[in-house]
Amino acid sequence: MLEIKNVTKVFNPGTINEKLALDNFSLTLEDGDFVTVIGGNGAGKSTMMNAIAGVWPVDQGQILIDKVDVTRLPEHKRARFLGRVFQDPMTGTAATMGIEENLALAKRRGHRRTLRTGINKKEREEYKELLKILGLGLENRLTTKVGLLSGGQRQALTLLMASLQKPKLLLLDEHTAALDPKTAAKVLETTEYIVNKDHLTTLMITHNMKDAITHGNRLIMLMDGKIILDIKGEEKKKLTVSDLMRKFEEASGEAFADDKAILG
Amino acid sequence: MNIAHLLNAMPGTIAQGLIWGITAIGIYITYRILDFADLTVDGSLCTGGAVCIMMMLSGHNVFISMFVATLAGMLTGLATGLFHTFMGIPPILSGILTQLGLYSVNLEIMGKANQAINVDKYNLLVSLRYIKNVAFYKNTIFIVAIATLLLVIALYWFFGTELGCSLRATGCNGNMSRAQGINTDFAKVLALMISNGLVGLSGALLAQYQGFSDINMGRGAIVIGLAAVIIGEALFGRIFRNFGFKLIGVALGSILYYMVLQTVMWMGAKPDNLKLFSALIVAIFLAIPYWKGKYLSKPALKKGGRTNA
Repeated sequence: MLEIKNVTKVFNPGTINEKLALDNFSLTLEDGDFVTVIGGNGAGKSTMMNAIAGVWPVDQGQILIDKVDVTRLPEHKRARFLGRVFQDPMTGTAATMGIEENLALAKRRGHRRTLRTGINKKEREEYKELLKILGLGLENRLTTKVGLLSGGQRQALTLLMASLQKPKLLLLDEHTAALDPKTAAKVLETTEYIVNKDHLTTLMITHNMKDAITHGNRLIMLMDGKIILDIKGEEKKKLTVSDLMRKFEEASGEAFADDKAILG
Repeated sequence: MNIAHLLNAMPGTIAQGLIWGITAIGIYITYRILDFADLTVDGSLCTGGAVCIMMMLSGHNVFISMFVATLAGMLTGLATGLFHTFMGIPPILSGILTQLGLYSVNLEIMGKANQAINVDKYNLLVSLRYIKNVAFYKNTIFIVAIATLLLVIALYWFFGTELGCSLRATGCNGNMSRAQGINTDFAKVLALMISNGLVGLSGALLAQYQGFSDINMGRGAIVIGLAAVIIGEALFGRIFRNFGFKLIGVALGSILYYMVLQTVMWMGAKPDNLKLFSALIVAIFLAIPYWKGKYLSKPALKKGGRTNA
């Protein structure tokens, strides 16, 4: 479903701030994979997501989504294949527009935007039904401006928007990191529901090791722009946090010192 | 200070305010919807006026002339849009570059700094002379009011379409828009073209109204337009929630702005000082929401704040 082949990305080349963010990075995802991604700050997790989404061009390498080479496609053209939820709840929605308008924008992802009406009656009914899934009562507030919603509500809505047009790949970039633990758990539950319902191939970055272990069928750990751990199948099912820390120390050759990666 | 003089001047003031209202609606599209402070308007207003007058002088029909003036305005928006999206120049500087370039273009169009048109010899749609003692359907106030209403209806429809929604989304959140497959560069260029098309049309009406186009007619247009937007929002923001009514509020704001200006002149202000007066009005109105947030916000109201929730 996703193939990243030998991708390299350097930020600020030739300056003292030069940073090798992705180092000859390769990763292949099978159809229906749910991969959790962990790693310390600056490991290249978000860079990997942005490379896939096309936020900027990569320096080297190739990216294929469902066998289509998207390496040279601009961000808005790749959107056809991707559903994205961001760390900052503000990023995923248009605050000054209504809930239904945001959904309608997402519904038209990958389609040409014409002079037809921006939202029709039939859609409204559909959105009402879909919003019920979230269990947040948003189905009765279709015209409420998204700016009035809480962070958790906005993330749940963004998830729904990301899956409205079934994406080839769902990218979740620490989408629960800015939420309080209770809301985060609720949003993760919704994530799990949506991913299972549509059998979405998913890539989820998280700072929380426990979440990384509980969710998905494969776990990768990044360091210095490379994958240093790749655990899948039966091994992943039996994994514990202490296993993971031991494996990290073996793989990286140094003691696990990043509190943030453990405690989330 | 005879109040009759002021009242006597009011119909003309209203007509002028209505014509500028179309510019203000254009500015609302860039400033409020696209979140782009577009300084192109100082040049494109004159471009619209110049094109309209020169075409009429060479014998074209008034409607065709106004249509071409609108297209010319759209081209100026295209230039600013390309400066910004294709060449990566910041919004304000893109507008300033177009505005500066247009000074030469406008002179080139007119051949000199000022071109007059005689209301008796040409069939103008609006004029200073069509304010009093004319049939109501020829009255400038009536004609411009109808034109404004039609434009508002058209814009209301457009911003409800898929394409219009993508423009609104672009202005609100570029990251989200691109993630939803919207070509934000295209959306910005299109919004700038629509906005400056309206400004060009407004310039065409203004030139007819005053009977000439002048190289300086657009100077400060952005400030006048912003004043109208801000006054319209301050006075009608609580009543007019619907997008169409908001645009009408902007047009009314423009009329009020000219009424205030007229009153100030009637009270004895020198016309030379009006630009200073305008700049101060806009500065104060822009500062009010900032001051409100900084000095008057009550802690109790912050609970469940919109942005941090």
